[in-house]
Amino acid sequence: MKDYLVYLSQAHVGFRRAELESLAEMHGFIADLSGLSEKSPFFVVQLENDEQAAQLIRRSVLSRAIYELWGQGATLDELHADVRHRSAALVSKYRLSSFKFDIVSYQGSRKSREQQLALINSFAYLALEGKIKMKNPDQIFTVLEAYSIVNQEPAPQPDYMYFGREVAVSERSRGVLERHEIAKRPYYGTTTFDAELALVSCNLAQARPGQLIYDPFVGTGSFALAAAHHGALAYGTDIDFRALKGKGPGRRLATNFEKYGTSHLFGDVLCMDFTHNAFRKNLVFDAIVCDPPYGVREGLKVCGTNREERFEGKEKIVIDGQYAYLRRDFIQPKKNYSLDLLLDDLLQFAAERLPVNGRLCFWMPVANDQDIPTLVPQHEKLQLVYNLVQEFNKWSRRLLVYAKRDANYKGTTITSQERGLQNDFRNRYFHKFK
Amino acid sequence: MKFLTTNFVKCAVKSCDASDLSFPLKYEECELQLQEHDFNPEFLISMLPRLNWDAVVQVAADLGNTSLPSTKPEGIENNEQLLKDLHSLLLETQIINGKMTCRHCGHIYYIKDSIANFLLPPHLANS
Ligand SMILES: C[S@@+](CC[C@H](N)C(=O)[O-])C[C@H]1O[C@@H](n2cnc3c(N)ncnc32)[C@H](O)[C@@H]1O
Ligand SMILES: [Zn+2]
Repeated sequence: MKDYLVYLSQAHVGFRRAELESLAEMHGFIADLSGLSEKSPFFVVQLENDEQAAQLIRRSVLSRAIYELWGQGATLDELHADVRHRSAALVSKYRLSSFKFDIVSYQGSRKSREQQLALINSFAYLALEGKIKMKNPDQIFTVLEAYSIVNQEPAPQPDYMYFGREVAVSERSRGVLERHEIAKRPYYGTTTFDAELALVSCNLAQARPGQLIYDPFVGTGSFALAAAHHGALAYGTDIDFRALKGKGPGRRLATNFEKYGTSHLFGDVLCMDFTHNAFRKNLVFDAIVCDPPYGVREGLKVCGTNREERFEGKEKIVIDGQYAYLRRDFIQPKKNYSLDLLLDDLLQFAAERLPVNGRLCFWMPVANDQDIPTLVPQHEKLQLVYNLVQEFNKWSRRLLVYAKRDANYKGTTITSQERGLQNDFRNRYFHKFK
Repeated sequence: MKFLTTNFVKCAVKSCDASDLSFPLKYEECELQLQEHDFNPEFLISMLPRLNWDAVVQVAADLGNTSLPSTKPEGIENNEQLLKDLHSLLLETQIINGKMTCRHCGHIYYIKDSIANFLLPPHLANS
């Protein structure tokens, strides 16, 4: 095992461990992430080799890069002492490689050209003999420094320093967030889910090439786009035909896939009431990722009517020799349904359709004063593996991640009946959480 | 709707779940369009285990294509011509408009603007 240094983004800090754990598990190894803390953008992890390091970070959205650790210290002198010691065994392999140096100053002020050169030249003892190449060098040696902020200014000296050889950079560092910016998509709407967290959700779902991923409440398709970005084939359903149709030619979900170059991974979107599902029972979905309808910007509806007798005339009337309900232009009426029942349906569906270790990831908003454990649905065949919080002012949004376990597993069940206390998020939202 | 999707969907009526007749649906009056995608044999091979071959053959026949072998051939992975045919059938063939009928209950679903509509009328949804 070797020491690697991970450089993280400070965005959504509570989700970072879950993302890296999920990516490691997806690649078939376990990484000891105990060094990771919410306060720091750096931590050291022991891994087998560069390949594992790349597997851990390349797809990550909440990390920035990973380096083979060549030294660390609280001061530059300490850092050099450690680098001199460790690099003895590391440097020979790279002595003739083309290279460049990089400096990452977390919260630090900008260094002048002279300061940068002085810092780089202080590593002259490595005696690298390769060509210096600013574009596509074989190796990038990086000095990383963490500064504290004192009186809203970066402290003059870093608290801690690292030196390492870059092994891989993350999706984030390759610009995925800029490319996925919602406002730049040909098609989006008021329900479009945050692009960054959609990509994170699909990392927690372990979506990957060869897989089939399903968003039952696909709307404008944020999760489907994210799943395809990670190489999976994406399917979505929604009860709202207009959302699926988009805003005209060149402004529908398919256009977004074209823009991202993932058209071949756009399975289909189908107009469907999730509770009257048309996917054949033995079709396996590798993961299910979604943001169910909470009734804030969109309705939670199912097919049917509460006034069946009154409606019967409308559906059974015969027009041109055919029952109205069998005609192409028939509009199926919808009625209200309870969110709690819908979540029960969602867990039941996942328990039936996921393969062993397949994941269900969905978002659930709750008011801050609600008792969370009583609100989280559970199914005996699904293990709740993460319950992650994104805080807002008076409410928070949780990402619940479940893994389907094998036939021997028997967990707890908490259905809407047991939950009792209703998730009346919609009412509370419109009454401003009073 | 892609041809591939015809292999995934059945009748949405709950009382049809138990019947083998509710999958695949019967495809009629379909307007097809070819939407080109780069040939990607690896991707196609990864999808093969999910396919119900009988349903592929049956729906292809509904749409007028009777050239497929009636049983899933061995070693499709190495049969480039068949993979290319499947690529164009499963992934490139789009049903733009059409009718899907359940062979069990007779309910009719429509595809409009390439989007299949599986919403049920009240008397089939409430039951
Ligand atoms: C919170 S939005 C999801 C938005 C989506 N993540 C996006 O990026 O646009 C919930 C969606 O669920 C849909 N919906 C409501 N009831 C449904 C049902 N019974 N079956 C399927 N979809 C439903 C709504 O039409 C809405 O598009
Ligand atoms: Zn039927």
